[in-house]
Amino acid sequence: MTFFYFFAAVAVLASLLVIAQRNPIYSVLLLIASFGALSGLYVLLDAPFVAVIQIIVYAGAIMVLFLFVVMLLNAPHEETEHDERVHPLLRPGPMRFGGLLAVALVLELVWALVKANESGRFGSAAVSSVATIGRLLFTDYAFAFEVTSVLILAAMVGAVVLARREEWR
Amino acid sequence: MPSPSLNDYLVLSAILFAIGVAGVFVRRNVITILLSIEIMLNAVNLTFVAFGRALGSADGQIIVFFVMTVAAAEAAVGLAIVINLFRHKESLNPDTFTELRW
Amino acid sequence: MLLLLIPLLPFLGFLIEASFGRRISRSVSGAVACGAMIASFIVSAVAVANLVRFDPDARAIVAPIFTWISSGDFHIGFTLRLDPLSAVMILVVTGIGSLIHIYSTAYMHDERESEYARYFSYLNLFAAFMLVLVLGANFLVLFLGWEGVGLCSYLLVGFWYQKKSASDAGKKAFIVNRIGDWGFVLGILGLFVRFGTLDFQQIARAIAPLSPEATFGTISLITLLLFVGATGKSAQIPLYVWLPDAMEGPTPVSALIHAATMVTAGVYMIGRNAVLFSHAPETLTIVAIIGCATAFFAGTIGLVQNDIKRVLAYSTVSQLGYMFLAMGVGAYAAGVFHLYTHAFFKALLFLGSGAVIHALHGEQDLRNMGGLKKDLPITYWTFVIGAVAISGVPGFAGFFSKDEILAKTYTSGHTLLWVVGLLTALLTATYMFRLVFMAFHGPSRAASVSQAGDHGDAHPPAHPEEEEPAARHADARGTEHAAPGTHLHDAPPAMALALIVLAIGSVVAGYAGIGGRFEHFLEPAFSPQTAEVVADNGSEAMLMIVSIVVAFAGIGIATYYFLKNTRAASAMAARFAGVRLLLQNKYYVDEIYDATVVQPIRITSESGLWKGVDVGVIDRIVNGVGRTVSGASGTLRRMQTGSVRAYAASLLFGVVLILGYYLWR
Repeated sequence: MTFFYFFAAVAVLASLLVIAQRNPIYSVLLLIASFGALSGLYVLLDAPFVAVIQIIVYAGAIMVLFLFVVMLLNAPHEETEHDERVHPLLRPGPMRFGGLLAVALVLELVWALVKANESGRFGSAAVSSVATIGRLLFTDYAFAFEVTSVLILAAMVGAVVLARREEWR
Repeated sequence: MPSPSLNDYLVLSAILFAIGVAGVFVRRNVITILLSIEIMLNAVNLTFVAFGRALGSADGQIIVFFVMTVAAAEAAVGLAIVINLFRHKESLNPDTFTELRW
Repeated sequence: MLLLLIPLLPFLGFLIEASFGRRISRSVSGAVACGAMIASFIVSAVAVANLVRFDPDARAIVAPIFTWISSGDFHIGFTLRLDPLSAVMILVVTGIGSLIHIYSTAYMHDERESEYARYFSYLNLFAAFMLVLVLGANFLVLFLGWEGVGLCSYLLVGFWYQKKSASDAGKKAFIVNRIGDWGFVLGILGLFVRFGTLDFQQIARAIAPLSPEATFGTISLITLLLFVGATGKSAQIPLYVWLPDAMEGPTPVSALIHAATMVTAGVYMIGRNAVLFSHAPETLTIVAIIGCATAFFAGTIGLVQNDIKRVLAYSTVSQLGYMFLAMGVGAYAAGVFHLYTHAFFKALLFLGSGAVIHALHGEQDLRNMGGLKKDLPITYWTFVIGAVAISGVPGFAGFFSKDEILAKTYTSGHTLLWVVGLLTALLTATYMFRLVFMAFHGPSRAASVSQAGDHGDAHPPAHPEEEEPAARHADARGTEHAAPGTHLHDAPPAMALALIVLAIGSVVAGYAGIGGRFEHFLEPAFSPQTAEVVADNGSEAMLMIVSIVVAFAGIGIATYYFLKNTRAASAMAARFAGVRLLLQNKYYVDEIYDATVVQPIRITSESGLWKGVDVGVIDRIVNGVGRTVSGASGTLRRMQTGSVRAYAASLLFGVVLILGYYLWR
């Protein structure tokens, strides 16, 4: 349980800092930390495969991509004059509204949980081996698997096309 | 100490999701907004795995596998679009991109 | 079928004239129109000749042409029926109609070809509708003819429509008629509700066995409504006001429509429904009273009018009053008899006045006439015959019919009405001979024409292509006279022919009624119940003598005041100046109607309905809807901020709401 609280605290704290930081590089790095905590949670949930690919794919690939883009664009710091003084929840316009809505959302979700009244205890040992997952992927979910590969192909092509530098006439 | 229950995981995931949502609205940097979306997706992943474990099947993990793949693709394409936008306007503030208005 | 030809021939004439009128010459137009009428007369005569060969109790020829309305149990056909009453009517319409058509060929000769043809097309159409009216076997066909003649009256009264007074008169005629028709239609609907049929015979048979007390409420109301229609069409109080104004039309039109035929439609209608009316004695009393009052009232007005046609118009209203008086006391045959003789001499008088107007090139004011006796002999002698006939001098047509009416009035107990009728006869003789003396006798006052301010117009103000030499035509004021000393020409042959034939008719037509032959002939049409009159020979002779005395007294009065001693007339006029003014202004009836009816309606329509409702309410609502929509969209478009974040916020908002809703439940 202590592990759970530890990992949970790290994840929440890191996420909060992600959205609180002004420097995008810091945000990315903090998010990596958050992913790490989540990976630990997956291990606690007897899902080693997911934990590992979380690190490899998310933290290792996607976040690195974000880092590359941030550094490529040389993203400037966000405007500071207003931000420093004002709490995020008090900033004007959709920001304030969105923030309040997020709080409302949390409350609602918790309320849903209370209403659902899950017993909560986990049952017997879960199925967790990589072999089992692999077998399921290539039999029951084979179609989704293949379609996903097409999806990745499309994403690759799209990203290349979109980011291409236009020829200037 | 008792092991964590399903409710604990679900509450955690709800909190993480709300943080991601708040991030979308509060930040003024498009890239950070995309990061917040990743937070949301991760919260969802956690929910799936928790339920998979509670129901004793591997389906939760399979879904997470696909979610991650899609998230990767979406991040790639989204970042490409952000690069394009930056080239046009030299700014990463989403409030500057308001041409499609009345 | 023979009966169908009778209205069909004039209708064909109308079609030909209307379609080709512009392209055919005047002689051909005239020939077509007159030919159609004369042919129709011949066919009518043949049909009547056929009819009299039947047994008197079964004298009816019915000709169903086609089924008009067929709805559930209700069937109405376009059916024509010839019986003694309609026989009289069709002979009058086609016979006198033909004569007037012939007369018109000369009278309207100055018009362009297209106008000439238009005139004859209207005249033929009128004849067709009138024949449909009198030949109809049910109320629906009668109403078709009723409306049709109203339409033609409008067209013909407003024939010279470029003149505002003429087109106004046409509108007045039509609109006042319409008011009467409103009552008429309600009456017809009432009949349908009560009897389930509109056929005359079926209604008569249905009501005959009932007693007047049993049928009091509905039948009285129905007949009263029908009578309202009759007052409109036949110019009785209170809807007579259109007839004097209708003199704006060409004189032959006045002769045909407003003397001999259309205005008699109301009388015919009552005669046709004699059985129905006999079961509503209260209505008949009202009919008699209104008829008598109208006769007297119009007679007083006619006494002081200065336009030759107006005198005759009021005379027509007055004589129609006599006919309604006859109908009202139950002497249906006498009323129709007077209709028949009146057609002759009134048409004659109108055509004669037309000849005078024609000779004087448009002059209609009696004060500017005089001494025409020697210049227009034919016109003069035929006119005198007509005047004598209308005055009720024995031996001429009017005597027989008028005396019959007065006798029946007396013997049926309506003594007061008889006295008033007698006074009206006195007035009739007086004003008629005043007309004769002022127009034809005495010194010629035509020289005072150029100084005289007012005059009647018989010709339109503008003939663009008319290039007649020597000032033959109307200038802008409508008055022009031949240079003093020029010879006035008498009626041309076509006109003279009509005048002479009608004059003969005015003399001999009355003899058809001797010994009650006419009445006897008409009886089957009024069966099963006609007026019961006790014939008392003694009183009848005395009544006859009274009538003769009154007639000659009237002539005598006129002779004194207007022939021998005209200054006495002026002195009399000065002494009773107030009364004279009242009479001359027609008791201000037109002004009263205008103030009480016309202006309120106009003001309501203009300020109330138009400005108030249409502009204020409806336009405002429509424009308001438009403005609201555009305002709302103007507000709503601000939602498109272009900011993605705002859109995302609204998305999230929706999610939160829906989630909350489901959690709540």
